[in-house]
Amino acid sequence: MNKISLIIKREYITRVRKRSFIIMTIIGPVLFAAFMILPFWLTQLEDSGIKTIGVTEYSDDLRPVSAESSEFKDVIPENENLKFDYLNTIEYDDIENLIEHTDYYGILVIHQNILSQKNGEVELFVKKQPSIGIESHITKSLENFIYDKNLLSINLSPEEIDALKPNIKLKTNKYDKGEFKEQKLVDFKRGIGYAAGFLIYFFIFFFGAQVMRGVVEEKTNRIIEVIITSVRPFQLMMGKISGIALVALTQFIAWVILTVGIYQFVQTNFLRNPVSPQTHEVVANDLMNETVENSDNMTFAENGLENIFDLIHAGEYLYILGIFLFYFIFGYLLYGAMFAAIGSAVDSETDTQQFMLPVTIPLILSLFVLINAITNPEGQLVFWFSLIPFTSPVVMMARIPFNPPVSEVILSMSILVLTFLIITWLAGKIYRIGILMYGKKVTYRELLKWLKYKD
Amino acid sequence: MSIFEALHITKSFTGHNALDNVSIHVPEGSIYGLLGPNGAGKTTLIRIINKITAPDNGKLMFRGKEYTHNDLLHMGYLPEERGLYKKMKVGEQALYLSQLKGLSKSEAMKRLKHWFTKFEMIDWWNKKVEELSKGMAQKVHFIITVLHEPKLLIFDEPFSGFDPVNANMLKNEVLKLRERGTTIIFSTHDMASVEELCDNITLIDRSKSILEGRVSDIRANYKSNIYELEFEGDPEKLVQKLNGSYELRELTPLEEGKSRAMIHLTDSGLGNEFLKLAISSVKINSFREVLPTMNEVFIKAVSENKKYT
Repeated sequence: MNKISLIIKREYITRVRKRSFIIMTIIGPVLFAAFMILPFWLTQLEDSGIKTIGVTEYSDDLRPVSAESSEFKDVIPENENLKFDYLNTIEYDDIENLIEHTDYYGILVIHQNILSQKNGEVELFVKKQPSIGIESHITKSLENFIYDKNLLSINLSPEEIDALKPNIKLKTNKYDKGEFKEQKLVDFKRGIGYAAGFLIYFFIFFFGAQVMRGVVEEKTNRIIEVIITSVRPFQLMMGKISGIALVALTQFIAWVILTVGIYQFVQTNFLRNPVSPQTHEVVANDLMNETVENSDNMTFAENGLENIFDLIHAGEYLYILGIFLFYFIFGYLLYGAMFAAIGSAVDSETDTQQFMLPVTIPLILSLFVLINAITNPEGQLVFWFSLIPFTSPVVMMARIPFNPPVSEVILSMSILVLTFLIITWLAGKIYRIGILMYGKKVTYRELLKWLKYKD
Repeated sequence: MSIFEALHITKSFTGHNALDNVSIHVPEGSIYGLLGPNGAGKTTLIRIINKITAPDNGKLMFRGKEYTHNDLLHMGYLPEERGLYKKMKVGEQALYLSQLKGLSKSEAMKRLKHWFTKFEMIDWWNKKVEELSKGMAQKVHFIITVLHEPKLLIFDEPFSGFDPVNANMLKNEVLKLRERGTTIIFSTHDMASVEELCDNITLIDRSKSILEGRVSDIRANYKSNIYELEFEGDPEKLVQKLNGSYELRELTPLEEGKSRAMIHLTDSGLGNEFLKLAISSVKINSFREVLPTMNEVFIKAVSENKKYT
């Protein structure tokens, strides 16, 4: 036992002191914080200036309609970043000139025939592609206006029209432990699930590869022959895997602390004016390239980013964090053992390729299922892959924020632990033989033979 | 009494026999040489002794009992391809490996300081191994191997890669270790070092042990009745007196009218007869039997083995 702790200590200290570890520890959070802050910051830059769009209106024969007589005046609501200037009698042919010589962000051309025709057109002349938010804001406002106008024309009062307008809010209620619970913050939870799953995926790959490289190094260095006279191969393997696990945990904890720290710091110091809710929305839409449909986004926007953390119960975070650490550790240990076995079976790092495929395929597969899980966290596919031990560490994280049945979580965890024990036992058998085998091109058949050797 | 015995060891790899019924008996407190041409199976035997590979057949005994994994703690092994963590600092690495062998940190530190001072390498302590030359790394490795004061040391080609000064220093250390009761097994191609150091040897050739025993006995067995005669006087007179009854192999003039002759006697009992003849012709300063060098024994044994197989 004492020897394992010596090995763990060496693996841990030599790695944590490495320059690359320190750089990764610092750069990681900067990148994460940048991912979180950059979009808001960018929009702040871009939207700091007010965009003014000139509006012109034309009759069916393309004659300009004056602003006073325009039916569309003030139809499109303004906000602090977007203003509309209703222009008087601009000839249609002068628009190009206007765009070129004025500061208008764009010129909106409304043809009166949109009132009478089903497929009427409005035109927007701009120098730069406007965001989806602006485009949909214009079309939605005009559509609503025309719709209301049409209803008025069949002698309905504004009150009646208002009453006619459907306003459905979808409240999803999930049956859980004998009661229904209203689902809130669905998108935010999806985000957490995805981020957690991706982090596990990343750590397994990154640190699993370190295990493999470490094993190959010891083998090609022949230092293994010296160490093996002091400790059992299995002790060495477990010491290495555990030591690197601690490195991964250290890195993770440092990242969390630094990311939160940097985010807080930047937010209090540089984002002085809290970003307007609208901007959040527009940005979110811009990024995801989809229109606002989900009412959750409104909650998101209304509360601002900080408050969102208060909306989920602190206990829920601890639960998610606990589960995350479990899958993080056991997922890594499972793959770490396999990576160690691969490292032991080859003579150099370049030879590892032939054995990597069976290990990387389930890992990459789990990432695809994770992406699928964002849209459908409780589908069949996600369910099954959250039980399969080779994919469950990544995939289960997408389910956890949606409170899957505890029995399923425990089942998934048990399968993972059991598989970890079996795989580590098998990996130990391969490692024990492989680490001392030189100059032989190892095949899968050879590996099978090693598994059958007795102690 | 033997501290270590390997009995009837057989090991084959796919396609060829690496060791075929090889036995060695290593007396406690002796230096034991494993000799043999390249690829004879020496390193395989050493790897078996260190439990790096398991023999197909045969038994290993340590102090009269079956040799177990725990006995490895009493061993120190210096492999031929010396391996250390390249990126790790010398001192840290030495501490780590000694602690793995069961030394406490403070004890390991004390002994390391002692050895590092003795070998004048204390300022390497904070260097990375990759910054050391090959010979320097070997010295570090040697210290790590002997630091936990094992009962049995196993060196695979310990002197290769050393300059004569360092090789000599190492040889002295090996002799000192024996004085303190340590048993040493080492493999080598360097026959001069065998004569200097070894009490016993085994010669392995093509996976078989073809010669085992005390170095002095072996050399005596391989003697070929060559005698060295140093004399003063006219060599021509001596040659005339011998008159073809004894074979004169070599005649070397020395300073001040002295000469050295190598004479082959067909039967060792004839030494007195020969001396009678010689005394009458020249003044004799010395007369002694010449034992073959280990180099000659080696070549002879291996080429004979070739003939018979």
